[in-house]
Amino acid sequence: MNYNWNWSVLFEPEYFGWLISGLGWTISVALCAWVIALVVGSLVGVGRTLPNRLVSTLCTAYVELFRNIPLLVQMFIWYFAVPEMVPEEAGRWMKRDMPQPEFTTAVVALGLYTASRVAEQVRAGIETVPHGLKSAATAQGMSIAQVYRYVLLPISFRLIVPPMTSEFLTVFKNSSLALTIGLLELTAQSQQIAEYTFQSFEAYTAATVIYVLIALCATVIMSLLERQTRIPGYSGKEN
Amino acid sequence: MGDFDFGVIIQSLPFLWEGLQLSLLLTFLAIIGGLVLGTLLALARLSGIVPLALFAAGYVNLIRAVPLILVIFWFYFLVPLALGRPIGGFYSALIAFVMFEAAYYSEIMRAGIQSVARGQVHAGKATGLGYWQIQRFIVLPQAFRNMIPILVTQGIILFQDTSLVFVVSLRDLMTASSIVARTEGRLVEMYLFAALVYFVICFSGSLFVRRLQTRMAT
Repeated sequence: MNYNWNWSVLFEPEYFGWLISGLGWTISVALCAWVIALVVGSLVGVGRTLPNRLVSTLCTAYVELFRNIPLLVQMFIWYFAVPEMVPEEAGRWMKRDMPQPEFTTAVVALGLYTASRVAEQVRAGIETVPHGLKSAATAQGMSIAQVYRYVLLPISFRLIVPPMTSEFLTVFKNSSLALTIGLLELTAQSQQIAEYTFQSFEAYTAATVIYVLIALCATVIMSLLERQTRIPGYSGKEN
Repeated sequence: MGDFDFGVIIQSLPFLWEGLQLSLLLTFLAIIGGLVLGTLLALARLSGIVPLALFAAGYVNLIRAVPLILVIFWFYFLVPLALGRPIGGFYSALIAFVMFEAAYYSEIMRAGIQSVARGQVHAGKATGLGYWQIQRFIVLPQAFRNMIPILVTQGIILFQDTSLVFVVSLRDLMTASSIVARTEGRLVEMYLFAALVYFVICFSGSLFVRRLQTRMAT
């Protein structure tokens, strides 16, 4: 095993800049996709628990469809196939005029994919709320919308904060797939540095350390949120 | 959309089938390897030997913090360097998947091992069994059985993950589809077909898991 170490390469302005820019794209893709995932995932997750058969079937179909196709395939379909499948005008716009096509596509693909996972957490959260609460609320004369608004959602959203932490971490890791459609996020930049300088070890180490730091930050933020939103006396831990 | 060409799919079926075989082989070998290494990591973490437990916990948390693509890049670079000679893309990818999945399987097996009542371990000790005998005959068989649905689910995720060998141009189903898509200029057909194949396999897998779960619950 012979390898020439050169850690200083990481701090040359050019390559350091690449890493920072890659980090910026990774965070942007992940956070934007997370917003989509939360909104769509909550709607779909709630939809699966509704008494309306049509709505719940459609929402189940959404989850099964997006969960059972690899994210990479979905990314390629959004990027290469969808512009060919939509009406010609829209397709031309997507290929030529859409701002930041790689970024937008990556955010949409990652967001809708993660939404299917968020939806499962939301549904599980709603289903763990004891059935009696729902019955009691209905007996009070609340409409379905009111039962969700005042009883089920406030409890379930607080219950699912811990499992959502791991989904939040996953969205950062999965944002690396954006490199397959040409977005130079963190993993892509580290690989590019490895190719330019032949200092693969240093380049991948830098990316690894940054991902670990992202994971640590995300975990800290989520555990603060968890402490804030914990329902006293509800979980098995201390009140 | 009007000129959807089924012909190109049918023509390329033998090529895609080869790709799918590679995906399945990689999945199968990575499940076996990941499960063995993952179980050892879980045992190490629960061993009570502090340095060993710390090492296992550190490894699992490190791997779980980084994206799979980066792990693949790592091993593509490290494996030939460590061995002093190239061993081909397939084996580098396989090692990357085994090392990556082991972290996830170890968390599942750890939960499985902890689900076996402590009393059984004590009973094993009382009858004079050694550590490895207790693990081999009492703890692991039960841990494994309790976790089968989750292990299969992880296997389905692993199958989807194998599509990422695209980044190192290994010819799995995904890479094969994209090669045909580019050379024939038939992006819509090929990517939708790849999606369909993945969907059918993964959805059948998840239906199977659901049946296992209901059978185990009763």
